[in-house]
Formats: sequence, C-alpha cells, structure tokens
Amino acid sequence: MNAQEIFVGGRDWDQVVGGSRQDTIVVNMGPQHPSTHGVLRLVLELDGETVLSCRPVIGYLHTGIEKNIEVRNWTQGVTFVTRMDYLSPFFNELGYCLAVEKLLGIEAPPRAQTVRVLLCELNRISSHLVWLATGGMELGALSMMLYGFRERESILDLFELITGQRMNHAYIRPGGLIQDLPAEAPERIKAFLDDFGGKLDEYEALLSENPIWLQRNKGIGVLRARDAVALGVTGPLLRAAGIAHDLRKRQPYCGYEAYDFEVPTMTTGDSFGRYVVRLREMRESAKIVRQALDRLSPGPVMIDDPKIAWPAQLKLGPDGMGNAPEYVRKIMGESMEALIHHFKLVTDGFKVPAGEVYVPVESPRGELGYHVVSAGHTKPWRVHVRDPSFVNLQALPHMVEGGLVADVISALASLDPVLGGVDR
Amino acid sequence: MNDVLANICAAARERFHDVSEPVELFGEVSIDVPRRVLPLVAKFLRDEAPFELLADLSCVDGLGDPAVRDRFLVALHLYSFTHNLRLRLRVAVPEGDETCPSVTSVWPTANWHEREIFDFFGIVFEGHPDLRRILMPDEWVGHPQRKDYPLGGTNVEYKGAHIPPPDIRRQPTTTTGYPGRIS
Repeated sequence: MNAQEIFVGGRDWDQVVGGSRQDTIVVNMGPQHPSTHGVLRLVLELDGETVLSCRPVIGYLHTGIEKNIEVRNWTQGVTFVTRMDYLSPFFNELGYCLAVEKLLGIEAPPRAQTVRVLLCELNRISSHLVWLATGGMELGALSMMLYGFRERESILDLFELITGQRMNHAYIRPGGLIQDLPAEAPERIKAFLDDFGGKLDEYEALLSENPIWLQRNKGIGVLRARDAVALGVTGPLLRAAGIAHDLRKRQPYCGYEAYDFEVPTMTTGDSFGRYVVRLREMRESAKIVRQALDRLSPGPVMIDDPKIAWPAQLKLGPDGMGNAPEYVRKIMGESMEALIHHFKLVTDGFKVPAGEVYVPVESPRGELGYHVVSAGHTKPWRVHVRDPSFVNLQALPHMVEGGLVADVISALASLDPVLGGVDR
Repeated sequence: MNDVLANICAAARERFHDVSEPVELFGEVSIDVPRRVLPLVAKFLRDEAPFELLADLSCVDGLGDPAVRDRFLVALHLYSFTHNLRLRLRVAVPEGDETCPSVTSVWPTANWHEREIFDFFGIVFEGHPDLRRILMPDEWVGHPQRKDYPLGGTNVEYKGAHIPPPDIRRQPTTTTGYPGRIS
C-alpha cells in the first residue's frame, strides 16, 4: 500500500481526487464508526467502491484483564472475566469457573448445573438479539433495532431479578452459584418464553423474505468451511458454512448431553446463512431453557466444602444486594470462628492445586476457551482466554476483500464481534 | 488415554524422536515439542492425525521457578474434528533467546495468536508474515504479561494515610514449582 495523505478540507470531492495521482484511496473505517460494533478500526484500501484490502486494527479496548487476574484471588477472577465479552457474561463466567473446578477436582451440584445451562441459554438469546438488532439497523431495517433491544431488555430484567445486575453478574462462582434463583424466577422466565416464540416469528416475517434484506445478505461475506477451519473460525460462522460443530453436543459440559436440541446448519457460508443459523439457534435455546426449567429440582447451588464455598449469604435488601442480616449477626455477634473463616476466605481465598487446563465452552460466538495455569496458590499463575470474537475477526479480510465497501458492513455485522472480548 | 490419541502421539514420536512421551493430567494430553521441529510436527499432526483446528495458542511465563529450565512455555491447543479429540503441544522457549518458529503456514489462524504472544511476552515467531504488536500501542515499551513487568500505579495519599501503588500492594505470588514441566 503506497498511500498518500489527502486532506479534504471542505473542498469538493472532484477537486480532491483530481489533485491526486493515485487510483486507490485508503479509508479508516472506525474506530468511531457506528457499524464497527464498538471500537474496531478497519483500514480499507478502496478502488472506487471495491475493497482491495482490509486490515483490522484492534486493541482500543484492551484492559489488561489477563494480567489483572494474576494479582487477584481465584474468586475475584470471575468479576474480571465477566467483563470481557460484555454481551455474553455468563459464558465468560462459566468457562472460567469450569476451568477452576477442573483444577480443584470438584463439580458443581446438579441444581447449579441446571441453572447455569438455563442462564447461558437465555444469555445466548439476548446476545443473538443484539446481533439481530444492530445488524438489522446497519442494513436499514431500523425497526429491528427497537424490537431486538425490547426483547433483550426483558431478558436483562430476568438477569437483574436473578443476579442483581443486568450485565457483569459474577453470579457463577467456582463450586456453583453465588445464590439460588429467587422464588418467582421460573414463572417469570416461562412467561417470557411464551411471549418470545411469537416475537421470533414476527422477526422472521419481517426479514426472511424482505428483498432488501436478501440482497444485502445473500452471497455476501462468503466463508467456506475449509477456509473457516484454517482461520480458526468457530460458532455460527462455522455452522453456516456446513460444519455441525457445537461443543455442547461434541464435548458436553454442565450436563448438555441430557438436553434435547438441534444444531442448526446451513451450507451457504454467507451472511444470510449466518442469519438463518442464529435465528434457529434462538429457538433451540428457548427449547433448552424450557427443559432446564422442568429439570430444576430443589437442592444446594454451591458445593458443600467450606474451604471453597463462598461464606457469605447474599440477600436483596432495600439498598441493593448485600450480606443477609442474619449472616452478619452470626459472624459479628455469635461465632468468632465463623468470622475468622469468612475473613480468611474473602481476603485470601482458597488454594487451587498446581496444574494447567484448557476448558472450552460454546459461547454465542464460538469456542470460548480458558487456558488456566495454577502454581498452587490463592491466585492464578496465568489465565489466557481464547475469545471467539478475536479469532473470528481474523477472517474478516478474507470475507470482504474483492467485494463492495457496503458489503463490509453486512459481513462484519454477520460476524458479530464484541470488541470487549477481542481486546480483553 | 484415548487409544486414537495414544496412536497419534506414538506415530509423532516415531517420526520425530525429540517429541516427548504424552502426559495426561486433568484428563488433558500434552506433548513437549522442541522448538526446531515444531513446524514439521505441526504439519504432521495437521495432515496425518488430523488436527484440523488450532484452537488456541497461549504462553506461560515460569519466571522464578527453580524447576523450570526454560522460562517460557508456548502452548498450542489443537482440536480434531475427525476424532473429536484435543491435544496440547508445549514448546519451551529459553530466556535470552526468545524465538519460536511460526506455525502460520500450517494453521493461518496462528497469525493473530502469535502477534498477541509477541506483544505480551516478547517471543519472536520466526517466519511470521507480519509480526507487530496487536493489542498494545505500536510504540509501547516492554511486554506486559511477563512476570517481571511492573504493575505500575502511583502512591495515593488521603488525609495523611498512604496507600502504596499496586506494584507494591499486589505482588504476584512467587511460584514454588510450576507443574508444567515434563522433561
């Protein structure tokens, strides 16, 4: 790329290009462009409307989470990882906790596993809804933005009811969950699901046969199975290219093998294929949530090991979530041992046996892997996250080079990257 | 250990004598691969096993561990669609000669992973087509994920009380035997 800087400076475009001897121009798309899903910068070399080369520039949202985790205890790690891919916080927490549990050699109780599945699938729906809303808006289907965010809002309300927060929950903890579902949660989730199926039908009616939507998506951003595998692409992109690879089926965790669901695939490998796959995945997720609700049986949600289980009992008070008054009374007024135990576990944390594990989970964007190394201390030695957005984004130049600049928007939207996860 | 995986590891060992015996820990199988044969072993595993997907490429800094001979350990996590199996390759990289052959020609997805490891650990992947920093700014000095990289921060004073900066407050724990080593 032999670029020459041009300052437009209020002149007419004819004058600008007339004064330039080169045939191609380099355009920075982002990092403030509204359709780059955050702070992604794409350096595009254009020949007229055709994209000659596309170079993604990332790192604008880098927050040093992997480094930060190394100087905090194992439990605090959950509050960091949940902030990475901010559209799928439960998957971040789940992958991390499964890795820590694998090192500890423990397994969360059945009720906790079921609640994890339930929340993850609700989260998959809410994450796909953001993709549908923003992706729709970027291609001119403005009403999708309102509808998608409206439904997502009801899911976030459920999350708020259950965890106390709309995102960044830190609800899944090593050994189980921080607290049980509130009594009214199953009913509220059921009510949402009853409503949601019809809503999905509406979206399909709105988009699936819309000529503009088809034109902007069919045959755009094609990624074939062979290229997808070579580029490490996983998740809906790989399934839209014809490979029915889903870790929930192939390497099940949290008891996914007991649930009845399909892995939707398409063979077109284009933006439209990914749209179909994601829509059908939302239906499958709703199916799994219903099954999880049926499987919910009473029981503990945290392992019965006082050396690991978080000592506090949380309760929602008038001023938000906090330690239950009965628990505070016990540790402050009745049992000094309980106070010492609480203090030790909260400030120092538990030790995790030395070793290294790699634990992947199927996030809405693909394989979310945690390479966790422990040196036997109360803090992790190293936590590396294989974020699917990071890897999938690498395939973007392959998908858009040679196409039109307008198709970059469609391809990027169907790739559904979350920059919080890309940059970590 | 899974029979298929055991056979693959044995075949790799027969072909490349420097590859270690497979070790199974926490239900995950790892083999140690010397740096110089890494691209050949990678290509062999991709084509013959076959491990089609390089799921992840990570690195661990074993600074301060007397049991560790080579400071850095590059870990490649492979996945086979054919056999539904995972395998970890571990490549030791000594301090003072922080280089490792690139596997971008075997798995193109390694491109950004290797840039990330270069950015954070300063390991130079030889043969990489475009080895630049990826997450930190281009002009950044140092490699932040190294254990001897200072955490930084400033001393905070409030009404006469002092809170020391994070690199004093939050010393990383010193390890007493990082268990990654096989040799």
